[in-house]
Amino acid sequence: MFVLETGLEVPVVAPESADGVLGLVWLVIALPLLGAAILLLGGRFTDKWGHWLGTAMPIGSFVVSLLMFLEIQGRDEEDRQVVKHLYDWIHVGGLRVDMDLLYDPLASLFLLLITGVGSLIHVYSIGYMEHDPRRRRFFGYLNLFVAAMLMLILSENYLGLFLGWEGVGLASYLLIGFWQHKHSAAQAAKKAFVINRVGDMGMATAIFLAFTLFGSTSFTVISARAGGASEAAMTAFGILLLVGACGKSAQVPLQAWLLDAMEGPTPVSALIHAATMVTAGVYLVVRSNFVFEYAPDAQTAVVVVAVVTILWGAAIGCAKDDIKKALAGSTMSQIGYMMLGAGLGTAGYAFAIFHLLTHGFFKANMFLGAGSVMHGMDDDVDMRHYGMLNKAMPVTFLTFAMGYLAIIGFPGFSGFWSKDKIIEVAIGQNLLVGACALVGAGVTAFYMTRLMLMTFFSEKRWQKDVHPHESPALMTVPLIVLAALSVLGGLLLAGNWIIHWLEPVVGPEEEHELPIPAIGITVITVLVVAVGVALAFALFQRQRVPDVAPTDVSFVTRAARNDLYGDAINEGLVVQPGRRLVAGLFVFDRSGADGAFMGGGAAVKALGGVLRKVQTGYVRSYALSVLVGVLVVAAAMLAVNL
Amino acid sequence: MTEYVVLSSILFTIGAVGVLVRRNAIVVFMCVELMLNACNLALVAFAKQHGNLEGQVAAFFVMVVAAAEVVVGLAIIMTIFRSRRSASVDDASLLKF
Repeated sequence: MFVLETGLEVPVVAPESADGVLGLVWLVIALPLLGAAILLLGGRFTDKWGHWLGTAMPIGSFVVSLLMFLEIQGRDEEDRQVVKHLYDWIHVGGLRVDMDLLYDPLASLFLLLITGVGSLIHVYSIGYMEHDPRRRRFFGYLNLFVAAMLMLILSENYLGLFLGWEGVGLASYLLIGFWQHKHSAAQAAKKAFVINRVGDMGMATAIFLAFTLFGSTSFTVISARAGGASEAAMTAFGILLLVGACGKSAQVPLQAWLLDAMEGPTPVSALIHAATMVTAGVYLVVRSNFVFEYAPDAQTAVVVVAVVTILWGAAIGCAKDDIKKALAGSTMSQIGYMMLGAGLGTAGYAFAIFHLLTHGFFKANMFLGAGSVMHGMDDDVDMRHYGMLNKAMPVTFLTFAMGYLAIIGFPGFSGFWSKDKIIEVAIGQNLLVGACALVGAGVTAFYMTRLMLMTFFSEKRWQKDVHPHESPALMTVPLIVLAALSVLGGLLLAGNWIIHWLEPVVGPEEEHELPIPAIGITVITVLVVAVGVALAFALFQRQRVPDVAPTDVSFVTRAARNDLYGDAINEGLVVQPGRRLVAGLFVFDRSGADGAFMGGGAAVKALGGVLRKVQTGYVRSYALSVLVGVLVVAAAMLAVNL
Repeated sequence: MTEYVVLSSILFTIGAVGVLVRRNAIVVFMCVELMLNACNLALVAFAKQHGNLEGQVAAFFVMVVAAAEVVVGLAIIMTIFRSRRSASVDDASLLKF
């Protein structure tokens, strides 16, 4: 058991009113929303130019985001949080929820990531989805997603955040199942939706709790009053938020949907299931820092979930032959790192966001690269059918290599700076957690090297009639931009810029004592990574990779291939007991509830059968009953009067 | 005063018993009229005692209603007699459970 120190200075959200260019913050959401409305309602009339409109909208949002970023960059630190009141949303009794947008340094980074990477992926999709007859609808959904994600980031209260939260869930569902004619895609979409509902339940309960505790769902109000609530209440609040974050960010135990989500088109996997939406959970934890700082137990829970997920995702990444699923396992694991950073408190928030940004760059890059490879290989996703693609697809190979070097943490690349910092903070707070993070880094290096070698090196294992070719410029240009960002993303840490930038939101960085100097940890990390790379090199470059996955493998491999039996666990722990409960309820409903109602009905019917004999048809007996009635009434009146 | 009320009660009782025990529809009908007139007698008697006209007015209403009722009732009895060749109220007992 370890104790996480709580910072004494928890920053309070105290925004000013937005003016000038910051008053345009609503436009960031409105543009993609308008795009989605036009594309989805316009129908076939928009088929010809729909994809261009769909791409222009997020680019417009990006421009506005950039202008706003430059505006607050020039301001004093305490003036960087602004709020824009759009309209009164819900005013019922004691419940007041306004449609307010909060723009602060944290939101500014997210806005740039979502609109920037989002725009690149829109451009890429023009090429990738060129031959799809439903391309216009695809862009409509993508715009809807971007709008919902921006709503999630910009909302000033939990309810507005929840609105965006559900919006991205819907967009994710629609896009995973975009090729709905494939049974597997339809199933995967349903699975993602259902598992996300479990997380949403936690999220919704957290909002109810916030309203009960603070009488408001606004960040401003809650952060000001958080210190007054009991620790037990704050812990419950934090745990419920964590449940929500687990669902959205595919953290154990709600991780099972992410691998199946790869059924969607590859740009979707890159944008939603790698760069942006799945990091919403990390955003939630960092945004709710004023909750977690008062709830050390909830922070511990975040750390435990994160560490388990880092290793869980890494293990899956090692065993998958499907290039997208291997990357999905990696995504899970990398989000685990972000969660770890967020769970480590004030010391780690900035690094969690830093890793989130760099991961957004290099993972989007690699997913789009994988899409480019699939494009050239007739949509084959099995890495055992690849090999030696570095000659056939030089641009894809080079850009992918940048992403690869970034994710394994090759010195100088973006992932090196961000992951190293999280491991450093983890070691500073708890040696066991730090060691797990370190092992995760080694395994990351192993599976990414395996993926790299099986795809671009070793030997040709191409299927018949497959002629790999480089993708068109519409697809390679975004790859090049993202590759450059993967290399240079580390500059965000130059002069501790990102730490100072986020200080108004998450508080000043906490000093932590390290058992060994920071440079020593860096060296150890690089050595562990080198071991992982070397191991993969020995296994997948020196030895021949079989075309068909070998079946006589160890139990560990088999487990990892089956997603560590995540589905079986869900089946055994949730689905089967649920079915039994339903069967029991059915029996109770039939015999108990139905019995009571049917029995009551039968009794009334039998009574009616007896009583109807009174209707004899003889006028004289009716007359007698009238007379008796009159006498009874008269007697009663006399009795009352007397 | 008491005499009027007692007479009214006796007439009403004769009418009520007649309705209950007689089978001939015409007799039953006459018994009903008897009950109505017993009521009229009581109304007029009480109006006289209280010194106002309300009871008497009510008696007029009862007479008007009784006249209308006689018209309709006799027509029904005639029709039943024509179709069933009987004026017994016990014979017309098909409308039952």
